[in-house]
Amino acid sequence: MNKKIRVVIAKPGLDGHDRGAKVIARACRDAGMEVIYTGLRQTPEQIVETALQEDADVIGLSSLSGAHEHLFSRVCELLREKNAEDILVIGGGVIPEDDIPALEKAGVKKVFTPGTPTKEIIEYIKANVKK
Amino acid sequence: MFDEEKLKHLRNAKHEWYEGLYKKVTQKYPERKDKFVTGSNMEVEPLYTPLDVKKTDYLEKIGFPGQYPFTRGVQPTMYRGRLWTMRQYAGFATAEESNKRYKYLLEQGQTGLSVAFDLPTQIGYDSDHPLAQGEVGKVGVAVDSLQDMEILFDGIPLDKVSTSMTINAPAAILLAMYIAVAEKQGISSDKLKGTIQNDILKEYIARGTYIFPPEPSMRIITNIFEFCSKHVPKWNTISISGYHIREAGATAVQEVAFTLADGIAYVEAAIKAGLDVDEFAPRLSFFFNAHNDLLEEVAKFRAARRLWARIMKERFKAQNKKSMMLRFHTQTGGSTLTAQQPDNNIVRVTLQALAAVLGGTQSLHTNSRDEALALPTEDSVRIALRTQQIIAYESGVAETVDPLAGSYYVEHLTDMIEQQAMEYIEKIDKLGGAPRAIEKGYIQQEIQDSAYNYQQEVESGERIIVGVNKFKIQETPPKDLLKVDPRVGELQTKKLKRLKESRDNVRLKQTLEALREAAKGQSNLMLPIIECVKSYATLGEICDVLREVFGEYKPSVSI
Repeated sequence: MNKKIRVVIAKPGLDGHDRGAKVIARACRDAGMEVIYTGLRQTPEQIVETALQEDADVIGLSSLSGAHEHLFSRVCELLREKNAEDILVIGGGVIPEDDIPALEKAGVKKVFTPGTPTKEIIEYIKANVKK
Repeated sequence: MFDEEKLKHLRNAKHEWYEGLYKKVTQKYPERKDKFVTGSNMEVEPLYTPLDVKKTDYLEKIGFPGQYPFTRGVQPTMYRGRLWTMRQYAGFATAEESNKRYKYLLEQGQTGLSVAFDLPTQIGYDSDHPLAQGEVGKVGVAVDSLQDMEILFDGIPLDKVSTSMTINAPAAILLAMYIAVAEKQGISSDKLKGTIQNDILKEYIARGTYIFPPEPSMRIITNIFEFCSKHVPKWNTISISGYHIREAGATAVQEVAFTLADGIAYVEAAIKAGLDVDEFAPRLSFFFNAHNDLLEEVAKFRAARRLWARIMKERFKAQNKKSMMLRFHTQTGGSTLTAQQPDNNIVRVTLQALAAVLGGTQSLHTNSRDEALALPTEDSVRIALRTQQIIAYESGVAETVDPLAGSYYVEHLTDMIEQQAMEYIEKIDKLGGAPRAIEKGYIQQEIQDSAYNYQQEVESGERIIVGVNKFKIQETPPKDLLKVDPRVGELQTKKLKRLKESRDNVRLKQTLEALREAAKGQSNLMLPIIECVKSYATLGEICDVLREVFGEYKPSVSI
């Protein structure tokens, strides 16, 4: 039997917009994944620690405050330091297209912009998670 | 409202129409959907007639503008006397940059200021705090000390404008800074007009910029009520906000219910602190959202006004008419904006703004078309402001009071929203009031359920969002988005360093210690905070003192 995919949905930084993060967390759970939602105001260090402790396969980062460049990149950097690059990092929020190449270069595998159906995100996770 | 005999005729005639013509036509040409619902999923009938408002006693439930229960508006002349205040929420990067944007907006005919602070400011961290990294100046202006506030309002006479500040947990500190800037301009605090959001309960529910636990937070809020009733009498001491509750996914009914439940909690806290209801209640103000379902939104505003008037009169025995008036600011719905085909957002904003005006708003912010992508550019903000001006000067809707009153549908919706919101409020009362209901996660869970339902409706195609799940096109990403200078953090950090070297650090220590002692006791915190601000204590230093005394709020999360 397949092990359930373990997903950490995280809100890095000080942003309080968590509607999207919660909707996606619930959609992943309804799709049969094991979901840990961190709540607000997480530092990149806390997120990586949670992901390691929870043996996560995926980290989903959400930011609508414009701080994505700094925060998402830092999460990826910390994962490399901990040799945990096999964790699939995805992100979403209010993120201008122009910023996406830099985030991908930093190690975010895919950035989902507003209007993306949750199904698309779930399919992406299933297809790309390292098992 | 209607003659019994005539209603009987009407009932028969309607029955005949429905069983006859309507059924005949719908059997041959079925309607587009099996069930029609409002934006908030209230069922909609094919037709409304006097039968749907037959129980409405006009004088008791609708009445006249400027009179209880204020269904038709809080002013007797509404926009015939004065248009609503056009108030665009703005602020980014440094105080210098934001000061320029304010002056631009005032030149363009905007009639009030609305300050957006960055997240570190809203959560009480200075720009050089580790948690502020990457966030400085992003969603608003960075204010670290009185010095920034002086720059922010440089050349703007504070006795001539009204200023709204979206600030909650540290509202007392920013208000203190505003008072201090005014003093430097030679303006006494009794001349100041404006609003602080100061609504901590909805921060726990939906917005997230809390600092302290509920009890000390409520104390600070009642301290502000008390201080302002004596020294800043024209200031709106709180803006009880449904806006963010709606943004988080609530329905129109939930927006009204949870906002008014929060309002009840503030009134109770102030009364418990020994204030007289008619002393502080006239300065309570509200803040609502406006979504796309035009008529439902109009009904929502009318229902909220009527319900609040009743609560204040019957539950809190207010005597002053002004205590019963629900005055509100509206912002169009940020969550309704799409990143796809962003120019379509201009049309959405127009509908939403129209709803706010038809619903009798006192002030209005219209969102810019590009806000699903980034902070708005100057061009986008101008179109948003022009949208309000076109409604005000060209549409004709401002020429008479509450023009949709008497529409069978709108009156029916008004009744329904009022009734369903009241049911929620009764439920929250049973749970022990809004603060307890928040602690139990009840309100958050209700909102999350609505948000999830909404998302599922969009994904199944049951709910159409133009350009997102229907009428899509291939498009290139928009260019020329506003980008905040990434060096703002560095600039603010340097400014802080210079400030800390140049201020009188002895006096600073004394004022901070005085605040600590006051916080440990029971006295009003406003005066000690004003002293700290004037000695150029930073926002972070002041909040740290309060954090040490009050502790920090730790939310429980569930999905």
